[in-house]
Amino acid sequence: MAATILRRLNPAGAAPPRAAPTLDLARRAVSDSSEPLTVETSLPFKPHLVDPPPRTVSTTPRELLAFFRDMALMRRAEIAADSLYKAKLIRGFCHLYDGQEAVAVGMEAAITRRDAIITAYRDHCLYLARGGDLVAAFAELMGRQDGCSRGKGGSMHFYKKDANFYGGHGIVGAQVPLGCGIAFAQRYRKEGTVTFDLYGDGAANQGQLFEALNMAALWKLPVILVCENNHYGMGTAEWKASKSPAYYKRGDYVPGLKVDGMDVLAVKQACKFAKEHVLENGPIILEMDTYRYHGHSMSDPGSTYRTRDEIAGIRQERDPIERVRKLILTHDLATAQELKDMEKEIRKEVDTAIAKAKESPMPDTSELFKNVYVNDCGLESFGVDRKVVRTVLP
Amino acid sequence: MATKAALRELGRNSRAAAGIGGSRGFAAAAAAAPAGVAERSEGGGGGGGTKAVNLFTAVNQALHIALETDPRSYVFGEDVGFGGVFRCTTGLADRFGRNRVFNTPLCEQGIAGFAIGLAAMGNRAIAEVQFADYIFPAFDQIVNEAAKFRYRSGNEFNCGGLTIRSPYGAVGHGGHYHSQSPEAFFCHVPGLKVVIPRSPHEAKGLLLASIRDPNPVVFFEPKWLYRLSVEDVPEGDYMLPLSQAEVIHQGSDITLVGWGAQLAVLEQACEDAAKDGISCELIDLRTLIPWDKETVEASVSKTGKLLVSHEAPITGGFGAEIAASITERCFQRLEAPVARVCGLDTPFPLVYEPFYMPTKNKILDAIKATVNY
Repeated sequence: MAATILRRLNPAGAAPPRAAPTLDLARRAVSDSSEPLTVETSLPFKPHLVDPPPRTVSTTPRELLAFFRDMALMRRAEIAADSLYKAKLIRGFCHLYDGQEAVAVGMEAAITRRDAIITAYRDHCLYLARGGDLVAAFAELMGRQDGCSRGKGGSMHFYKKDANFYGGHGIVGAQVPLGCGIAFAQRYRKEGTVTFDLYGDGAANQGQLFEALNMAALWKLPVILVCENNHYGMGTAEWKASKSPAYYKRGDYVPGLKVDGMDVLAVKQACKFAKEHVLENGPIILEMDTYRYHGHSMSDPGSTYRTRDEIAGIRQERDPIERVRKLILTHDLATAQELKDMEKEIRKEVDTAIAKAKESPMPDTSELFKNVYVNDCGLESFGVDRKVVRTVLP
Repeated sequence: MATKAALRELGRNSRAAAGIGGSRGFAAAAAAAPAGVAERSEGGGGGGGTKAVNLFTAVNQALHIALETDPRSYVFGEDVGFGGVFRCTTGLADRFGRNRVFNTPLCEQGIAGFAIGLAAMGNRAIAEVQFADYIFPAFDQIVNEAAKFRYRSGNEFNCGGLTIRSPYGAVGHGGHYHSQSPEAFFCHVPGLKVVIPRSPHEAKGLLLASIRDPNPVVFFEPKWLYRLSVEDVPEGDYMLPLSQAEVIHQGSDITLVGWGAQLAVLEQACEDAAKDGISCELIDLRTLIPWDKETVEASVSKTGKLLVSHEAPITGGFGAEIAASITERCFQRLEAPVARVCGLDTPFPLVYEPFYMPTKNKILDAIKATVNY
C-alpha cells in the first residue's frame, strides 16, 4: 500500500530536482571528501558471550559514495544476470544476491584482500566485491573463455586467487570446514590474516558446520563464520528449519554477534571488530540479518513461500542501497539527480560488460579434459567419424 | 535345515516385535517377499483406466498411493511440503497432512538418519534427497547404517521400510552439482537395492515396489525425463518386480544394456542400427543391485555381443561390473569384447556436456564396431 502511494507521489516529488541543473549551485561535484563522518548504525548489535562494538561508525563521504556505487553495480549486475538466464545465455544454476549487497560491500570495507573469503554458490557479488572484473563475471556466467574460472565453473563457481577469494561452492554447508582449513593455514603463517567463512541460514543446520566449528574453537583459528541469514533456506522459512534461528548463538561456547545485514556500516563495523577478535581469541559467528529479493535460484519464483507484501515491505523499509542513498542525501554529499546519473552510468557499464563477455568464445574443447589432474587427461577418439571418445587418465 | 528354520523363526519374532499392526503393509510384504512384489502387478493396475502422464506425475501418483495404502508411511525431504523442486510431491501435504508429509532442514545426513530410524520402527520412510549430487553427506548413514542394519544385528533389526528417492543425471545444462549419476557408489554396498526407472509407467510401478520392498532401496529418478517422458500410466495401484530386467526389443546381433534416461538414447541408437541392418536386443536393467544376470546372460548367449551404456564416468561405473560378470558367464559365446559407452572420466562439465555424454552416435559407432569385430 505504502509503496503504491509513494510511487504515485514520486513524479511530483521528482520535479524540483529535475529543474535544479539550471542553478549554479547544483553543479558542485559529488563529494569526494575523506573527512571523517560518524553515523550511528540503525540497530544495536546483539551480542553472545562478547562485548559488542559501539554503534557509532566512522566513515567518509568518499566511502559512502563508493558503497552506493558498488552496491548499485551489484544490484544491476544481478538483474542483468536474471535476464541473461531467462534468455538461456546462462545455463546451469544461478543464484542471485540482490538484497544482500551490504554484506559483501561492508565486509570488504573492513578487511584487506590478504584476508580470505569463502562462500557457497551465491557468489557473484562477493567476487565483484573482491575486485572481480565485470566482464570476467558475465563471461563466467555464460561459460566463456574469459570467465574468472575460464568458463568451466559457471554461476556457482567464481574464484579469484589474487584477492584470496576461495569461491564458489556447490554443496550446502560444505565450504564451512574448508574455510576453517584456510584459517588453519593462516594460523601457521602468522601473518595476521583471517578467513570470512560464509554460509546461509539453510546451511546453518548442516552437521559439518558444527564439527568444523568445534575444531576451529579448539585450535583458536582466525575464522569468522558469517551466517548470511536471508531467512529462507531454499523455500523453507528459518523457523521451520531451525529450532533456534538465533544463529549468532548457535556456536554455544563460540561468541557471536547479530548484525543488521542491510546496513552496510553496521556490517563494516562488525567485520572490523570480528577480525580483531578472532586474531586474539579464535572463532566468532556473525549473523547478518539480510534478505534476498529473488527466489533461491532461477527455478524458484520466490513467491510461493512468502508474500509479495513481505518483499515489498523489505524493499521499502530496509533496502541497503536506499539506506545509503538517504545517508548521502541527508549529509548533502550528492544530489538525488547525481545519484540517478550514477545509476544510469552503471547500467551502461553493465551492458557494455555483457556485450564484451558475449564476444568471448566458448572454452577450447580440450578444456573438457584439462585440470582433472595435474597432468591433463588425454583423449582418445575412434570409431566412424571419430565419434567415440574416451578420456585417458594420466 | 535347522539353522534355516531358526533364522526364519527369528525373523518372525523380530517382525512381531516391530509390528505395530503387523498384518498391514510392510510386515506382510516382508513375509511374502519377494513374491509379494509381483502380487499386485497383474493387469498393470488395480482398477481404473490409464492416463497419459509425465514422469513426475507418475511419481506423484505412486507417493499418493503409498501414503494412502499404508498409514505408517511418511514422505519428507527438503522443500517436499511445497511439492518439491520437481513437483513430485505436489498435493501430498494437503491430502495427508503435515505429520506425514513435511519439509526437513537442509541436512542430508539428518534426512537419511531419521529415515533409517523411522523405518527401523516398522514404518515406511520415503525420504527425498533433492539432487543425487547432494546425497554424499548422507552416504555414511546409507552405507554404514542402513545397508548393514539387518546383517549386523543378526536380523534383530532392519530398516527395510526405507526408500530414498533422488533425481539423478544430466538435464542439458545442470553443471557440476546438478547432473551427476552416483548409482555405482551404492551398487558397491550389499544390503541396498538400487532401482532406476526409464519412464512414467516404470517409475510408478517400480517406486511402489521399492517402497513396499522389505529392504532399503535407493531409487534414482531420471530428472531429464520428469517432464519430457509421457506415456500411459494406469491410475490404480500396481507394482513392477524388482531385480527383473526387461527385454524391450528382441534382437539377434547385439545386446544393449542400460537403465534410466539412457534407455531413450539406446532406443534411438537401436532404430538407427536397424536401418543399417543390425538387429539389437535392448534390455532395461531396472534394478542395479541385485541385478538380473540371467536375462542379460540369456540375451548375450544368443547375440554373442554386449554393449553397456551409462551416464556416469566409465571407470568404476556399473557397466564394468556387468562386463565382468557377463564375460565370466558367457566367455565362450562372446564374439567381441564387451563395449562400454559411458560418461567420460572427467567431472561433469558445465560446458561441452554433449561431449561428455554417451550420445546416440557414440553408441551407434560402438554397435557397429562390436558387430563388425
